[in-house]
Amino acid sequence: MGDSVSEDRERPTPERVLTFAARSQLLSADDVMRALRRMGHEIVERNHDPESISVVGLQTGGVGFANRIAQILFEITGSQISLGVLDVSFYRDDLSSNPAPPSALTRIDHDLTDRTVIVVDDVLFTGRTVRAALNALSDWGRPAAVELAVMVDRGHREFPIRPDFVGKNLPTARDEAIVANLDGVWIGSKEAR
Amino acid sequence: MIDSIRGCSLLTLNDMSCAAITEVLDTAESFVEVNRRAIKKVPALKGRVVASLFFEESTRTRLSFEAAAKRLSADVLSLAVASSSMKKGESLRDTIATIEALGIDAVVMRHKSSGAAAQVEGFVPNVRVINAGDGQHQHPTQGLLDAFTVRQVLAERLGVIGSETGSSLFEGLNVLIVGDIRHSRVARSDVAAYVALGASVRVAAPGTLLPVDIDAWPVSVVEDFDEAIEWADVVGLLRLQHERGTGSFVPSLGEFTFTHGLTWERARRLKSGALIMHPGPMNRGVEVDSRVADLDAAIINRQVENGVPIRMAVLYLCIVGAAKGEVQ
Amino acid sequence: MSAIVLRHGLIVARAGSRLGDVLIRDGVIEQVADQVEAPPGAQEVDAEGCWIGPGLVDLHTHLREPGREQAEDIESGARAGAIGGYTALVAMPNTEPALDNVALVAYVLERGSRTPLDVAVAGAITRGREGQFLAPMAEMAALGVRLFTDDGLGVQDPLVMRRALEYAKPLGVTLAQHCEDEKLANGGSMNEGAVSGRLGLIGRPAVAEEVMVMRDLELVRLTGARMHFLHLSTARSVAMVVAARRMGLPVTCEVTPHHITLDEVSCSNFDPRFKVHPPLRVLSDVAALRQGLRDGTIDAVATDHAPHAPELKDLPFDEAPAGMLGLEHAAALAYEALGSEECSPITFFDVLSRNPARIAQLRQGDRRFGMSGQGGDVVEGESANVVVFDPDSRWRVDRTALQSRSINTPYHGRELLGRVRSTIAKGRLVVDESVLV
Repeated sequence: MGDSVSEDRERPTPERVLTFAARSQLLSADDVMRALRRMGHEIVERNHDPESISVVGLQTGGVGFANRIAQILFEITGSQISLGVLDVSFYRDDLSSNPAPPSALTRIDHDLTDRTVIVVDDVLFTGRTVRAALNALSDWGRPAAVELAVMVDRGHREFPIRPDFVGKNLPTARDEAIVANLDGVWIGSKEAR
Repeated sequence: MIDSIRGCSLLTLNDMSCAAITEVLDTAESFVEVNRRAIKKVPALKGRVVASLFFEESTRTRLSFEAAAKRLSADVLSLAVASSSMKKGESLRDTIATIEALGIDAVVMRHKSSGAAAQVEGFVPNVRVINAGDGQHQHPTQGLLDAFTVRQVLAERLGVIGSETGSSLFEGLNVLIVGDIRHSRVARSDVAAYVALGASVRVAAPGTLLPVDIDAWPVSVVEDFDEAIEWADVVGLLRLQHERGTGSFVPSLGEFTFTHGLTWERARRLKSGALIMHPGPMNRGVEVDSRVADLDAAIINRQVENGVPIRMAVLYLCIVGAAKGEVQ
Repeated sequence: MSAIVLRHGLIVARAGSRLGDVLIRDGVIEQVADQVEAPPGAQEVDAEGCWIGPGLVDLHTHLREPGREQAEDIESGARAGAIGGYTALVAMPNTEPALDNVALVAYVLERGSRTPLDVAVAGAITRGREGQFLAPMAEMAALGVRLFTDDGLGVQDPLVMRRALEYAKPLGVTLAQHCEDEKLANGGSMNEGAVSGRLGLIGRPAVAEEVMVMRDLELVRLTGARMHFLHLSTARSVAMVVAARRMGLPVTCEVTPHHITLDEVSCSNFDPRFKVHPPLRVLSDVAALRQGLRDGTIDAVATDHAPHAPELKDLPFDEAPAGMLGLEHAAALAYEALGSEECSPITFFDVLSRNPARIAQLRQGDRRFGMSGQGGDVVEGESANVVVFDPDSRWRVDRTALQSRSINTPYHGRELLGRVRSTIAKGRLVVDESVLV
């Protein structure tokens, strides 16, 4: 979530009024859908008991992908998949430089103890959002395992964090910006408005 | 106009824009969810230090602020001022300087003198000051939690979350504030919040309990309380200090009930769906009939519940912002 | 005492101001001429572009001694006065203990005589300023006391006030009243109105002052005694006093520098330095007071110089003591209120020197107590109490550079126009180039 730039995340605030200027589209909506389906199959291959899977989308960019992955897992396995959303704003370590107020709610209505949690986000960048998510998840119990699914891995990690399921690896420059949603993936730049 | 309290002190709701207030309410919505978790704690203010200085005792407000700070993982220094050096003749300025020397990020303070929080802000410009009630001036978090509670209840009726409605539920909302307006910091903060959010506000009080400058307030004064009851979507009652009902301002508490109490008969004239609020502690049988206070329309317990998330939101926004001075 | 020559200033006199020099020797103005020859060893003061007028007289100074010397004492107050252009101060009696007997009056007179200025005393009207029993006014009058007041508080009881007026009349002294009905003032800490309501501060309404002005004017009518109204702050108060005087009542009145340059909005930040009694009023009152000053209906500007220790002004607004410094900036503030460039030097010295000297009966001086004549024209033979005021000097108030022991000025940082360049008190040059000699 925090690794991408999307309109609803970037509220106009006195300090940060940034907008995304797309340079080119890298994946189409169909490409995204195909990637999600592949990731779904990989998840099922690795986790034999669909009943123990909880899919948790990170607010806000990961939520759409998480919904779709849960749906795909249901289609593959026939089991209802537990779904949650998590806002990690309060767990970030860069609050003072990134003081946007939480834009969305957390909804995890079941204990995560002994479950396999698939954390879903749109873009994996520095890894700080995922680190915050790992801290946050521990407040809902002790999962048996946590796995990470992202649509785009763009490199530049600042933590020893790697994704388990990736839609697409995209080498990027640090100052570039990526937008990923169900309609496609774009590369471009952040611009002050 | 202040458009955000981020990184700022919170001394008053006067001059707050709709956006600034909405931001607090939306943030509080996230903390309502945190407070429903089994582990009601997030690390947002880890390593930060919040001092609570209650020069006038208010156990409810102090506990609410301290719980809020602790749920944000802040360290809390609680100075029981009544029993401390203030009694030994130490000045407010020196007390604050001592606390500041301990390395604090914010101070939550309650004082019997109007303006005391503003003065303290002048003494310690690098510390955020959160006013937890100063004299008859302001009680900003009460105003915020009242507005938050109204929005929460109205949003629930629509089956949505308050933060999805922004300030839209206040447009055309009729708010009637009743009682000792003159001496009430809650009334001053409530009026500022409701008016900024777009509600239409009327006040009703005996002549001696109306503020002398009521003409300058963005409200209208009710001539007929019983008629206004039928107009209101929200009735905000205020506490009447007993000593004001002994002939000094009002001939008797009974006469106050007669003219401005929310009696059972008056409550029957309320619109269906109207809300009854009170900042507590209530004088049952004076401001409000005991049976009325127990109606579903009386959302007083919701106000109390929302104290913690609103104060979490305020602490979070005030402390986790750009450093003071950086925000224009 | 060496001679002093004031060079090339505008010598202000009612009969006609003129450019020229002034020679001062042995405590009197010896010569006024186009050009005077300086005797050997004379101190020369450059008065180019300045007004040369009678030394200023403050009807209303709280010197705090005895009792509150940490805020001010007679010596530091006199220094502050000298910097402000004052050559005479009337010490208010609300000290601890109050100046309500001859011993205390003699003490203050003695301490005052050690300063370069004339320090006169206003005695208390009632014992301990408690508003109940008359103080020994006749004994104090024998020591030269000509003004009596319980200032800080007005005499609340109308019967006590009536008796005080009846008693004072044959003594030839003037009673000065702080007009505020404390019941109506209700323990308030600022003007009652839109600002007090928003700030949640209890107000002291204008009517608290006006009710007592009205009451006392009727008591003056009844008794025929002379009365001076201290620090009037509202348009209605002034109008009542002016109407009464027009009907022949022996009443005078003063305004303070702060009531003619500040209004209630100054209190919006809860800064207790703006707390004063009577409180800062609304802009329309400020305008009316300025008008009254310009057209001569208000007799005097008096500072109500009220030093308070810094820690007391750090208290919350409602708990902090009322009052602000006045002596060092009053001349510039009065000049501003009189319209700066439009200000007539005659009016300026009328309200700051001549009229106050007349009201305090300091015009003739009193050799028994070492008092020189105050408030006269700058003419040959007058006592050498002279001020050199530069109406074009721009400067900024700095509370760290005051002569007073206290720093509770509300004007810190404000730019002022007009500054006292030199003060000559009883023939001595005490301030030159705006610094103490």
